[in-house]
Amino acid sequence: MKILIIGGGMGGTILANNLARRLTPELRSGKVKITMLTASEKHMYQPGLLYLAFGRVTPDELYKDQASLLEPGITLVVDPVEEFMLDDNRVKTKSGKTFDYDVLAIATGSRPVPELIPGLAEHSHTFYTEETALKMFHALRAFEGGRVVIAMGVPHKCPMAPLEITFMLHDYFKDRGMSDKVQLHYTYPIGRVHSLENVAKWAAPEFDRLGITYETLFNLKEVDGAAKVIRGEEGGETPYDLLISIPAHRGMEVIEKNKLGAGGWIPTNRQQLNMEGRSNVFILGDTTNIPISKAGSTAHFQADTLGENIAALYKLGAPVRDYDGKVFCFIEAGKDRATYAMFDYLNPPDPKPPTKAVHWFKMAYNKLYWISARGLL
Amino acid sequence: MAEKKVIDARGSFCPGPLMELIGWIKLADIGDELELLSSDKGSAEDVPEWVKKVGHEYLGSREEAGVWHIMVKKTK
Ligand SMILES: Cc1cc2nc3c(=O)[nH]c(=O)nc-3n(C[C@H](O)[C@H](O)[C@H](O)COP(=O)(O)OP(=O)(O)OC[C@H]3O[C@@H](n4cnc5c(N)ncnc54)[C@H](O)[C@@H]3O)c2cc1C
Repeated sequence: MKILIIGGGMGGTILANNLARRLTPELRSGKVKITMLTASEKHMYQPGLLYLAFGRVTPDELYKDQASLLEPGITLVVDPVEEFMLDDNRVKTKSGKTFDYDVLAIATGSRPVPELIPGLAEHSHTFYTEETALKMFHALRAFEGGRVVIAMGVPHKCPMAPLEITFMLHDYFKDRGMSDKVQLHYTYPIGRVHSLENVAKWAAPEFDRLGITYETLFNLKEVDGAAKVIRGEEGGETPYDLLISIPAHRGMEVIEKNKLGAGGWIPTNRQQLNMEGRSNVFILGDTTNIPISKAGSTAHFQADTLGENIAALYKLGAPVRDYDGKVFCFIEAGKDRATYAMFDYLNPPDPKPPTKAVHWFKMAYNKLYWISARGLL
Repeated sequence: MAEKKVIDARGSFCPGPLMELIGWIKLADIGDELELLSSDKGSAEDVPEWVKKVGHEYLGSREEAGVWHIMVKKTK
């Protein structure tokens, strides 16, 4: 059986390692082959970008060689896919090679697209790429005070990032002795400060306590850099001195170009994770169209499900379990306190008050991630 | 040509039905009708509120076996 995994990020890496461990003898005997096609020889720990924006980590700490994260027996090829020929069970890469498969898994992730909003790329700071997080770090250092506005597009990966960046900005300016010179103003697309009702119930009083103002039902329409104002689709507008944004995301262009899914989101069965209408193509991580958080933990839990199911397809001829919609997200509530939210398709989260212990657990996880990607955690 | 699209946001706590609609409506063409499925009864209120505020057309909603079907037309 030839298993082809497209994408060497969180989902693809955890899936490949999970499968390699379940199918070690078969890999050794050559009965099973696992090949990963990816776009970069480096693997980035994206959640670290949040800390890079504050200078709390350096760029080199965010990367490891992709090859060093994979179990022996997995063939890694750094050559991005350009064409998906699903009817022929084949893909074609940038270098012109073709790879065929019996089972295909796609985990190509998602990307911020600030260009969707006029003025956003030019006039806002964001931390969703290494380059922009570094720019934001310098912009924060140079900022002398004024109104800092946080705004976001829909959808975006990491649903906790809007709250985390806001609480961390608060503590950052406080530590620099600038609290009296900085007014933080948070905007959010729906009618409360977070999509999770219980998280919103906790976060809104926290904002009040810290003097952070907020405005809900605000969806970015345009940024007027000359007037230093953002305007919302709902008709509101708000001025800023420093604009921090999380742009709306799309799946990768290659997904759209190959007509696998509008916006780069591939129609995916929410329990079995197969691409709708195809039994040998599985989708995981950010690029599914499943209406749940685009988060590393989502990709991780989906990879666990698929590892078990694809191995079972080989050994038993059928999958053995469903993905239950599980997501787990840490929430930084400042520079040294955090809480978390865990939920699935049926059960909403019930976040507890933030503690230092949870913050330190998140900091530890930032290091443990590399073990987790190897599938050992 | 205008299409009818179904957005299945049942069981979505985060991002939730309204955020799903906000994301998908941007990918739709003007004139398209979107049917949002939600298992959260709050959607029957917050979705029409947002749709009217932004200026799309709210076409109505119905509940069937604990699932709210909310119809919206993209007008701009
Ligand atoms: C600032 C920030 C903070 C975050 N914080 C958290 C957090 O605290 N907790 C959490 O759970 N999640 C967090 N996330 C989200 C998390 O990083 C993503 O949801 C997760 O990485 C998604 O995994 P994935 O496998 O779908 O995609 P990715 O990890 O993005 O991997 C995609 C892979 O596909 C490859 N690829 C792309 N195009 C092609 C192609 N054409 N052919 C082959 N390969 C291709 C890429 O090289 C990459 O290896 C955060 C993200 C950011 C940006």
